[in-house]
Amino acid sequence: MSTQTSFVTPATSLRAYAATADLAMAPPAPRTAGDRARHAAASKDLRSEPGPIRFIIIALAVSFLTIFVVLPLVVVFASAFSKGIGAYLAALAEPEALSAIKLTLLVAAISVSLNLVFGVVAAWAIAKFDFPGKTFLITLIDLPFSVSPVISGLVFVLLFGAQGYWGAWLQANDIHILFAVPGIALATIFVTFPFVARSLIPLMQEQGTQEEEAAISLGASGLQTFFRVTLPNIKWGLLYGVLLCNARAMGEFGAVSVVSGHIRGETNTMPLLVEILYNEYQFVASFAIASLLAMLALITLVVKTVLEQRLDEAQIPKDDPSDH
Amino acid sequence: MGLTLTWLSVIILIPLAGLFLKTLDLSLVQFWEILTSRRTLNALKISFGLSFAAACVNLVMGTIIVWALVRYRFPGRRLFDAIVDIPFALPTAVAGVALTQLFAQKGWLGAPLAELGIKVAFTPIGIFIAMVFIGIPFVVRTVQPVLIDLDPEIEEAAASLGANRWHTVFRVIMPSLIPALLTGFALAFARAVGEYGSVIFIAGNLPNVSEIAPLLIVIRLSEFRYADATAIAVVMLLASFVIIFAVNRLQRWAQTRIPAH
Repeated sequence: MSTQTSFVTPATSLRAYAATADLAMAPPAPRTAGDRARHAAASKDLRSEPGPIRFIIIALAVSFLTIFVVLPLVVVFASAFSKGIGAYLAALAEPEALSAIKLTLLVAAISVSLNLVFGVVAAWAIAKFDFPGKTFLITLIDLPFSVSPVISGLVFVLLFGAQGYWGAWLQANDIHILFAVPGIALATIFVTFPFVARSLIPLMQEQGTQEEEAAISLGASGLQTFFRVTLPNIKWGLLYGVLLCNARAMGEFGAVSVVSGHIRGETNTMPLLVEILYNEYQFVASFAIASLLAMLALITLVVKTVLEQRLDEAQIPKDDPSDH
Repeated sequence: MGLTLTWLSVIILIPLAGLFLKTLDLSLVQFWEILTSRRTLNALKISFGLSFAAACVNLVMGTIIVWALVRYRFPGRRLFDAIVDIPFALPTAVAGVALTQLFAQKGWLGAPLAELGIKVAFTPIGIFIAMVFIGIPFVVRTVQPVLIDLDPEIEEAAASLGANRWHTVFRVIMPSLIPALLTGFALAFARAVGEYGSVIFIAGNLPNVSEIAPLLIVIRLSEFRYADATAIAVVMLLASFVIIFAVNRLQRWAQTRIPAH
């Protein structure tokens, strides 16, 4: 995901070395088209492995991905439809399934919209201003990525649980957070926090503050500047972040499982219902719900690929004079 | 600004601080007793040991996959490139039930393996398989951009200076990939250690044999033994801090390596 980092390799020093080596024994520059083609072919030859090795590497890669990634995905759909489409639809029409779907949508709506607002604000603060403790802030934002989901749930149990810090007070005032929707939403917000901010920070840093400064100096208000200048510039990045945030919010299992209490028909999200039905040997029903989540994952991947292309394109027009 | 900090504190800082405060309730002796109890030690050993093994497999297979995807053209290459992200995108519970079904004794892969006398589901091998599954994207996605950006001239230079292909790959290309490979390895390891959803279905969850540390936290919580749960969580949290720190160090090392040559 956005954790990719560009590494500077020792290529530069080697390139300098290669350049001098070229000078010493550079072949005469190819003159005809045929010469050039032969030269290109030779250079490709130098950079590739013998045929059999190439075949083995491709075969290994393809079979590994097929066994470990494609087959599990196929199993989900095969098991969901193993008793026919009627049983599949009946499983999805169960009241328990419907309530789980509703709860998942509700929790995703809450956590995505809150993380959307605060993700934009956090990315704005980090990308456009300098202040002490910025590195600490970035680390804090990244933290939910690297913490076990179970621990993400545990911290809320320690705060709001019966023996937790605020548990007694909450009980005295009859406020339900744990084993209720607010707890599930909080845990989901925690684990999905990094997505929006993380996909915006590099984009906003790259764009700098010139356009905003120009807008403000031309008399635009702060809000106008944001909606007319900043937002159009970051829209693809923002969509990208929201997409990943939503996928994770709907699919989160570990953190939600710890805070939900598994009350049937009330606090079970779709992933939790998958677990319960599977443990009760209701395989068709379990995989029917799982197939919905798998489809969500597949759609997310397709849209993500499209957005990545848009993001790449959005970065090119910098050199394109017709754009300005 | 103030808004961001307030929100961050409410959502992330306060809950984490709560975790560490809770540990302070314990005396050092109690803390030590919890961690060195047989069941906790075994759970930690299983989690860290199998994660390390799975990350090693990911390192090797990830390198092979990334090489095939970047360097070769074959039918379905773009599709397989997209497929690499599925372990990221698939909800962990779905991955868990799917892997269990696949490797169960009557499953598509479980049945032939059972004939060979290998039992995967509900054994530590199952945990290992699930950890390999969720770790695949990390090595591939960290190494891919580096291999794409690698200057083709270096290889040509090495080859034209008389190095054979084996030497070029292992003496010229691999060294420039090492920081990315190690970062991918560390990320895959960290993810596997904390993984819960995709592991617990296939694990069997037998105490001392196939019980992972995150599951033990959940069990302790359901027994209302908050102190035990917290102690294990703190150890795992510290481990993931160490890994993040190591990854950051690796990236800085990768960036400062150029002038050294």
